[in-house]
Amino acid sequence: MIKKLFGLTVLAAAALSSVQAAELTGTLKKVKDTGSITVGYRESSIPFSYLDNTGKPVGYAMELCGKVVDAVKADLKMPDLKVSYAPVTSSNRIPLLENGTIDLECGSTTNSVARQKQVSFGPTYFVINVTAAVKKDSGINDFAQLGGKNIVTTSGTTAVPLLKKYEKTKDMDFKEIYGKDHAESFLLMADGRAAAFVMDDILLAGQIANSKDPSAYKILPGSLRQEPYSMMLRKDDPQFKALVDKTIDGVMKSGEINKIYAKWFTSPIPPKGINLNFPETPAIKEAFAHPNDKGVE
Amino acid sequence: MLGLGIFLEDTPDGDTTWGMSLLSGLEYTLILVVCAWIIAMVLGSVLGVVRTTKSRFWVTLGNAYVELFRNIPLLVQFFIWYFVLPSVIPPLKRFANDVDPGTFQILTAVVCLGLFTAARIAEQVKSGIQSLPRGQTLAGLALGLTPTQTYRYVLLPMAYRIIIPPLTSESMNLVKNSAVAYSIGLTELFFRTREMGEMTFRYFAAFGAATVLYVAVAFSINRIMAWVERASAVPGYMGGSK
Repeated sequence: MIKKLFGLTVLAAAALSSVQAAELTGTLKKVKDTGSITVGYRESSIPFSYLDNTGKPVGYAMELCGKVVDAVKADLKMPDLKVSYAPVTSSNRIPLLENGTIDLECGSTTNSVARQKQVSFGPTYFVINVTAAVKKDSGINDFAQLGGKNIVTTSGTTAVPLLKKYEKTKDMDFKEIYGKDHAESFLLMADGRAAAFVMDDILLAGQIANSKDPSAYKILPGSLRQEPYSMMLRKDDPQFKALVDKTIDGVMKSGEINKIYAKWFTSPIPPKGINLNFPETPAIKEAFAHPNDKGVE
Repeated sequence: MLGLGIFLEDTPDGDTTWGMSLLSGLEYTLILVVCAWIIAMVLGSVLGVVRTTKSRFWVTLGNAYVELFRNIPLLVQFFIWYFVLPSVIPPLKRFANDVDPGTFQILTAVVCLGLFTAARIAEQVKSGIQSLPRGQTLAGLALGLTPTQTYRYVLLPMAYRIIIPPLTSESMNLVKNSAVAYSIGLTELFFRTREMGEMTFRYFAAFGAATVLYVAVAFSINRIMAWVERASAVPGYMGGSK
């Protein structure tokens, strides 16, 4: 399936460069016809995609999507292309992409094989570990110590089935609690109602950095799984997919990605000037060196 | 062809199918609705009655309760009961930490929904009593009944019959309001529906099934209450003359 997609991509890229899009299809045709492109953003996926203090969507993913939008402008020779932004949530991002409300989703979306049945993904721009945040004074140092304890996670995320699988393979018994969103889940852990909050490491780092006392929490070294994050576009749209891949590959190969990464992950960011202190992990370095759109099982 | 096979497919953790997952959600919804309804009826009746008495204290207290619970959005009330109160009341926090998280969620949801609905039922009971002619109270007292006996044997039997229609609506609202309990992570029907949507992207199938289940429950309540209304009708009084 991925091979086939890759083949299609190469074909489309070749077609795009040689014939210079003689016949526009998919998203590019839609954008050309309507004169506007709509980018889907998340309201609080710090630092990927969120609203700054002026209410403007910003973030690491938004900046990379900006590169794609610039490429669309150049490709269609439409420098005045209207760019609109639409907020999306984890529940409506896929339907809104499919029905054409948004053309590109820029957030913290895991590229999974299951989702690839519905949508396409650009090159991986971040790799997370699903792990747990605990209070430092809890004395918990690894997952094995979590047996029999209350564990909170956010409903609807990929962490939920992962946690259940881990429970079965290790023959452990967690008591799961679900938070409606990450802030709520973190609150339950901070309040002592749950021993650990299981979630993507970068999101945990974001919650900790934003908490009243960041030094009171730590992230466990273990990992339930690695997951690639990527921007989402409509399925079966080879022209647009080729443009997205070419643009992001370019940013990664030129090394520009490291500057963008440093801006969002190891420097103070709006709105509060907090520094996430999250340097590139080996898995992230690998993703930048070999751009790919492989999804996790 | 409709893709209904999704309900027979396993959930990602392989424990159950999506269809069974929705049904287990429905089970929680029903437990929540029944328990909350009992609290709402008992407390709502007491509050409704005291608000029609002559005691300034009880009337003020009853009014304060109703205004407090009617003016705060249900979603906020769930948040207060689940997050705020345990963090400011130490014994409650100890209880929340010790008891099974699922048990604490259902307890919170029952109390929250029960007290919220009680405020609305109190209003209906009060209106029911006040809609009776003043002469009925006076007649009761003139017969030598105590005020309590007057309520018990004269006023309430008629008042409850009068308010059956709004009580029906309120009971159906209770079913619909129970969906807000998803916000504290209670795995009731709406929670399972959202979960199914987010994991399978089959939003139409998930919400379609949830719609059918909610309609079935709410409509059953409607029919039961209609039966109660017929069965309790007093011949010659208020549509009871069939």
